[in-house]
Amino acid sequence: MSDREQIFSAIRAALAPLPEKTARPEWDDSLIVCTASGQFESLPAQFADKLCAASGKFFDSIEALAQFLKEQGGTFGYCDPALAGHFQGWDGIRVETDFDENKINEYSFGITRASAAIAESGTLVLKDCVTSARLAALAPWIHIAVLHQSDIVATIGEAIQGFGDDPSVIFATGPSKTADVEGILIEGVHGPGVQIALVLPE
Amino acid sequence: MKTHQQIDRVARDLDPEVHQANFMGAKLKSERRYAALERDYPDSDKLRQVAGQIKQHTLEHLDQYLEQAEAAFQKNGVKVHFATDDAAVNATVLRIMNETGSQRMVKSKSMVTEEIHLLDYLERHGKEVVETDLGEFILQIDGDHPSHIVTPIVHKNRRGIAESFERKGLGDYNDDPETITRRARAYLRQKYLDADVGLTGANFVSAESGRIVLVTNEGNARFCMAANRVHIAVVGIEKLVPTDRDLGLFINLIGRSGTGQQLTVYNQFIGGPRVEGQPHGPEEMHVVFVDNRRTEVLASDCREILRCIRCGACLNVCPIYRQSGGHAYRSVYPGPVGAVLSPLLAGNRFPELADLPKASSLCGACNEVCPVDIPIPDLLLRLRDKAKREGAKDAMKGTPNLGMWATLCSQPAMWKTALSMGHTMNYIPTEMIPNPSAKAWQAARKLPKFQGGEFRKWFKNRK
Ligand code: SF4
Repeated sequence: MSDREQIFSAIRAALAPLPEKTARPEWDDSLIVCTASGQFESLPAQFADKLCAASGKFFDSIEALAQFLKEQGGTFGYCDPALAGHFQGWDGIRVETDFDENKINEYSFGITRASAAIAESGTLVLKDCVTSARLAALAPWIHIAVLHQSDIVATIGEAIQGFGDDPSVIFATGPSKTADVEGILIEGVHGPGVQIALVLPE
Repeated sequence: MKTHQQIDRVARDLDPEVHQANFMGAKLKSERRYAALERDYPDSDKLRQVAGQIKQHTLEHLDQYLEQAEAAFQKNGVKVHFATDDAAVNATVLRIMNETGSQRMVKSKSMVTEEIHLLDYLERHGKEVVETDLGEFILQIDGDHPSHIVTPIVHKNRRGIAESFERKGLGDYNDDPETITRRARAYLRQKYLDADVGLTGANFVSAESGRIVLVTNEGNARFCMAANRVHIAVVGIEKLVPTDRDLGLFINLIGRSGTGQQLTVYNQFIGGPRVEGQPHGPEEMHVVFVDNRRTEVLASDCREILRCIRCGACLNVCPIYRQSGGHAYRSVYPGPVGAVLSPLLAGNRFPELADLPKASSLCGACNEVCPVDIPIPDLLLRLRDKAKREGAKDAMKGTPNLGMWATLCSQPAMWKTALSMGHTMNYIPTEMIPNPSAKAWQAARKLPKFQGGEFRKWFKNRK
């Protein structure tokens, strides 16, 4: 017998004597919606609030973002070629649109698209089909995820409904972090130490 | 203090610093968990109950869901493997590495690979394996093992870690946690880029869509599928849930229960190799479904333990774990979940771990916090019973033999006679009764005055 057959027959033998089986429970979508969200005038406002609560940063202006990058010493980075129109010609900041693995420690920021964002948790949704280069969204100290206002959904449940057939969907809620050493919170372990959402109008 | 249980001895002899680290870490996480759930939901118990039912339902239809998951993965272009035991898993992973011409592996945190000692096996077969979760990485350079399923190095302090880093050649002694983290970041980054294979576990699997879910804070699991050609996921067969919609419930629960976060930083939903046009990420994905005695647990009267989503909440809240730490459980899974799961997964080594179900005061806190509502105290009692019936030596230590008492209770005539003699007990010094069980009992207690025997008389004369 193959391992597969052995496992299936062991499962069936284990379950056969059960007199009755547990039914699948019904539950409403509202069950898992966080009720501590507070009152917000719009989804972008809620998203901005929750993102900041998760130690992320929210920008809705390209100029303000450029200013922030300069303050952080972010003068060289990668940018998704489809977004480069927005970010070229910044004074004192250089971007490349081909991700070069050899420069992985030189890029101080990476700009890629997000396919959605979740207002209730301040989460960015990164799908493989809209991420121009996985490493660009992960390796540089600063990751900037670009999306439109209309990409923001209210709940985690809605974001899951939008998975489609993408093979790699990532929910990113704030910067990479650890509390492994004595429970002390440190941001920026393997992934970005600064997680930014840039939300543009349509 | 005289102690009978191994776990008591470990707790008694524990380095006070380690005790303090375990205790405070556990307490803090318990408080955060409670605060997050209370803040966010009017009735958080309802979520636990629904989640428990979903998992129980899935387990009781596991053959169907596993078949469905297999087909969904294959449709997504994922190669699916099955492995009955540790040897089969290890051989499967090695074979995939050899067939893909792979030499170097970066590995994300996975408890099932601890069960099967995958790392040692691959190293013995000439492969290079690097643990990438910061805690697991530190354990690897120390040749140590996790003491907690979520925070594996909760028993270590920064000075010990700084010494290990110095020994490993990661710079001069520096015990600043931020410096430690940055050094690991720099060192591991090159390992990711050099690796051929990224190996992960899975926190959940959606049978409907053929997706695994990985829940991490550090981002190492993302890196384990960014610069390498092959992704292997080693997954226990109990990780299934029916649909993607269910995943929403479970990721909400695991973050809050484990670390008190609304969501863990990264929740990855992975169902196949990278898309066309994506320059980074695996070209092939393998899922290895592991039994390793899970089907035995499924056949037992403790099958509810297979609902466990490894959040660690029951460890953090447990008064025994807080005193003893995780290593005291001498197995991969510590704490209340481990006291049930570890003896069951031990197979014919059950007697060696048969004392673990006794490492509980049955206070019920573990059940109360469990996000899938596992009745852990009931399961502990069932295992105590099993240990007694099988005459496991370690389970008997410190327990007086209650044979005489049991006979007495099961014979109405004898019971009646004994009761009528109850009053004589008040006139003899009971400490002197030369029965070992009575002695053991009285060592810490005082027998109250016998006041019974009146009920039968009263009942008989009742008109
Ligand atoms: S038994 Fe429950 S509380 Fe304990 S680790 Fe598993 S899911 Fe969490």
